[in-house]
Amino acid sequence: MKKSSLTGALVLALLLAFPLVAPALDLGFYVSFVRRVLIFALAASSLNLILGYGGMVALGHAAFFGAGAYVVAMLSVEGLSHALIAWPLALLVTALLALFVGLVSLRTRDVYFIMITLAFAQMVYYIFISLRKYGGEDGVNLSSHSKLPWLELSNENTFYYVVLVIVLASLWLMNRFVQARFGQALQGIRENEARMEALGYPVMRLKLLAFVLAACFAALAGVLLANHNLFVSPSLMHWTESANLIIMVIVGGMGLKYGGLVGAAVMLSLEEFLRLYTDYWHMPLGALLLAIVLLAPHGLAGLWNSAVKKKEAVK
Amino acid sequence: MSSTLIAEQLLNGLQFGLMLFLIAAGLTLVFGILDILNVAHGSLYMAGAYVAAQTMQWTGSLLASIVVAAVVTGVVGLVIELVLIRKLVVRDHLAQVLGTFAIILIANDLVKMLWGPAPMMMNMPASLSGPVRLLPDLLYPAYRLLIIAVGLALALGLYLFVTRTRAGVLVRAGASNRQMATLMGVRVPLLFLGVFVLGAVLAAIAGALLGPVTAVQAGMGEQILILVLVCIVIGGIGSMRGAFVGALLVGFVDTAGRAFLPTLLKTFLSPAVASSVGPTLAAISIYLLMAVVLVFRPAGLFPARG
Amino acid sequence: MRVFHRLLVAALLLPVLALAQTPIKVGIANDLSGPFAALGAEARDGFNLALKQLGNKLGGHPAEFLQTDMGGNPDQAKQLVTRYIQRDKIDFFTGPIGSNVALAVGPALFAAKIPYLSNNPGPSQFAGAQCNDYWFGLSYQNDAFHEAAGKVAADRGFKKMVIIAPDYPAGKDALNGFKRGYKAAVNQEVYTKLGQIDYAAELAQLREAKPDAVYIFLPGGMGINFIKQFVSAGLNQNIKLVGPGFSADEDVIQAVGEPMIGMFNTAQWAFDLDNAQNKKFVEAFRKEYNNRNPSVYAAQAYDVIMAIDAAAKATGGNVSDRAAVLAALKKADFASVRGEFKYGVNNFPIQAYYARVIEKSADGRITNKLVGKVFDAYQDVYVGECKK
Repeated sequence: MKKSSLTGALVLALLLAFPLVAPALDLGFYVSFVRRVLIFALAASSLNLILGYGGMVALGHAAFFGAGAYVVAMLSVEGLSHALIAWPLALLVTALLALFVGLVSLRTRDVYFIMITLAFAQMVYYIFISLRKYGGEDGVNLSSHSKLPWLELSNENTFYYVVLVIVLASLWLMNRFVQARFGQALQGIRENEARMEALGYPVMRLKLLAFVLAACFAALAGVLLANHNLFVSPSLMHWTESANLIIMVIVGGMGLKYGGLVGAAVMLSLEEFLRLYTDYWHMPLGALLLAIVLLAPHGLAGLWNSAVKKKEAVK
Repeated sequence: MSSTLIAEQLLNGLQFGLMLFLIAAGLTLVFGILDILNVAHGSLYMAGAYVAAQTMQWTGSLLASIVVAAVVTGVVGLVIELVLIRKLVVRDHLAQVLGTFAIILIANDLVKMLWGPAPMMMNMPASLSGPVRLLPDLLYPAYRLLIIAVGLALALGLYLFVTRTRAGVLVRAGASNRQMATLMGVRVPLLFLGVFVLGAVLAAIAGALLGPVTAVQAGMGEQILILVLVCIVIGGIGSMRGAFVGALLVGFVDTAGRAFLPTLLKTFLSPAVASSVGPTLAAISIYLLMAVVLVFRPAGLFPARG
Repeated sequence: MRVFHRLLVAALLLPVLALAQTPIKVGIANDLSGPFAALGAEARDGFNLALKQLGNKLGGHPAEFLQTDMGGNPDQAKQLVTRYIQRDKIDFFTGPIGSNVALAVGPALFAAKIPYLSNNPGPSQFAGAQCNDYWFGLSYQNDAFHEAAGKVAADRGFKKMVIIAPDYPAGKDALNGFKRGYKAAVNQEVYTKLGQIDYAAELAQLREAKPDAVYIFLPGGMGINFIKQFVSAGLNQNIKLVGPGFSADEDVIQAVGEPMIGMFNTAQWAFDLDNAQNKKFVEAFRKEYNNRNPSVYAAQAYDVIMAIDAAAKATGGNVSDRAAVLAALKKADFASVRGEFKYGVNNFPIQAYYARVIEKSADGRITNKLVGKVFDAYQDVYVGECKK
């Protein structure tokens, strides 16, 4: 595993140094781009928690992503933009939403679970579209960034580092959960739920806890996105956004530590660059997805892992 | 609210439900037999609609359009099965969703490259383009009656196929126990190919039939796919009977919601509130229905497998 | 000797050339893969025609046009605009079809002092409370088409009206606008689901209500579905169909065809509008694009490029002097395909609105025919809220 922790350190160093080096290389714009990748990496990783580790295919995860963003936006419209109040409130509201959705949905399995989470996401989407006061389908602009003590989020670099710290801390935290007994139990549930029940694990409660936890991290990503774009719209909660997140997780590698991060980085970069060359950029994207499904079943992080393992086996 | 209106709305619910059944039938068949969640089913529906629209513009015959659409899409389905679906059958649902989603992306751009981004024209045959007098004061569009007729015929045909024919029995055998069926001499890969192509043909017929009343454009498959998924989930995946009942339920609930809910709300809520809450409630009515069904029957109303 | 002269002239001109060498950059965010793909493609065709005619120059100066698709998605549009501002350092912006994208990207552009000329959306927010000097609602203000349609309905004596729109703020704005222009009570106000496919239930209600006319605001595929189903139900025999211009333009006609004949609609432009610039535009468009008639989206896009061209000419290519650019743009000193217009205080146009009806022309084509002027020099109703 030495090689991959070396790579990890290298990536971390790059991420830390990037905003300082970028202007010199005339890559100033990409600070904002990398920041966006980090935010989506957080959202994808939160989905990885329940999808990759827990085996729960939630096609409504974007609703939590959007809910976090919307709470911040709605509070901003009402004049409240202190981060220390708005952000925890966003997480709390989303956690409650997830609790409710989870209680109803987690009784179902498999495709039915997919569909019922989709149904809830669609309901949330349609409700937000009809909310005139908060923009409805047009969405709502935030008049300013959230106010943090000592840190000025309107500064591009400051905001970048805030996002970096939050995302890295979240990824670390999620990893701790996965390594702990909770995470092991979750994976056990994914492998064989009946067996876990027979062994006496409170399966429903564990799944619910994972579901709510994942929703909270997604809400955190939403809070950051609201500040990044200074704009929120219901399209963020549409099922196609959830599908995008799922694709990121699968492309990156389900149930792998950096699956969310790799997936977000690859998908967003591809979208960004393919778009510059052709208007029909969905086609190569589709072709790539096909290739990954057929040739790299454990996603790109999986490919990396097996390549690393091979090299070390040879040694 | 006159009794004629209520009668008309009931017919509308039936018609919308059958419209959804046309598409749901193929999807649930494939899901039930191959155990594959083929989200590209919507793209096959779209392919059928586009081919039918093009044929309609060339020949002006609805029948020809449907036949050509079915054949062409059947071939497309054949190719997709051989190249991709075959490999996805052994994978988990998620890989299947991803693989078939990739097809959606490719199909949407392909269709735009071939026919341009503007919606395509598909006109109704003149003989069916007006209303029919069903009751002294009930005029109903002839074309919608055609949809009802085809939907019912298809439902009957599929029922007979699955329960009375040898092929149908084989299909059910292959679904319930693949290994046993193989051991007993059923060539499962061929069976799966046949079922997938049948699913594609059904989707194409639906697309061709609905082309004249909907917008034929890129992305039309995904729009209706959501509704269709709701139908088969409510009915129970893999069950033809479930798809039929689920589609009719969705058709009625959605129509009733749009037709009666706003007026109903106005009786005990202020007009301002009713006009803002009403449409939203109507929009989410089918999702509420699905959630309620799943709470009491987590595997749908008529689950195909235990 | 000649060569020496030429070299001398060139050497003297070099510093001047060097100054003028930084091309004027126009960022265009195209809507080619999302819900407005068909309209975005029309706009792109309008842009490209203008670019071709100007030889990719603005005001005679070298220009660079960056065209990228953002699929009608506000989040991706925001991303694209950030790139345009920070990396490409554009001088002008245009492109989006939907109001939601315009509202999403506007503030960032205004803050960066980049003029945004609209080739379609005209949200009321930018006409009123959020009006800004860097915004130029060149196309129209969203409500105007509906208000004009309301007046058309009133003028034609449609006493009993049913009005239909999807259940979202733009839909509600549309119907409010219609009611303002109609100036009487409507019989029924119906809200449908966004993206709804089947309108049988609403059509049954319509049949029972027996209005003189029905007004629909159903953009894109929704309108196509409704119109096809409306005609199939035989309702077009006794009920007139009225809509805003964007529900009845070339893209919808192309998809629906004959069933649309007889539909009234309103717009600030019609392809048979009788002015020199428009005639030239339509002819050039037909020649370039396979004898196809331009839609209002192509016309607006074309106007945007011409407006920028005029401003570049007026400022001598010096677009970094933003104050001068704004003043030049505000003058609107170019030949627009819709005829004469000027900007109001909120940078929305004060222009005429026309009534059109869909019919079969002499050459067998189904298209819009101009039937009258509804408003002359009409300003939107939000201008009072704009405090500059």
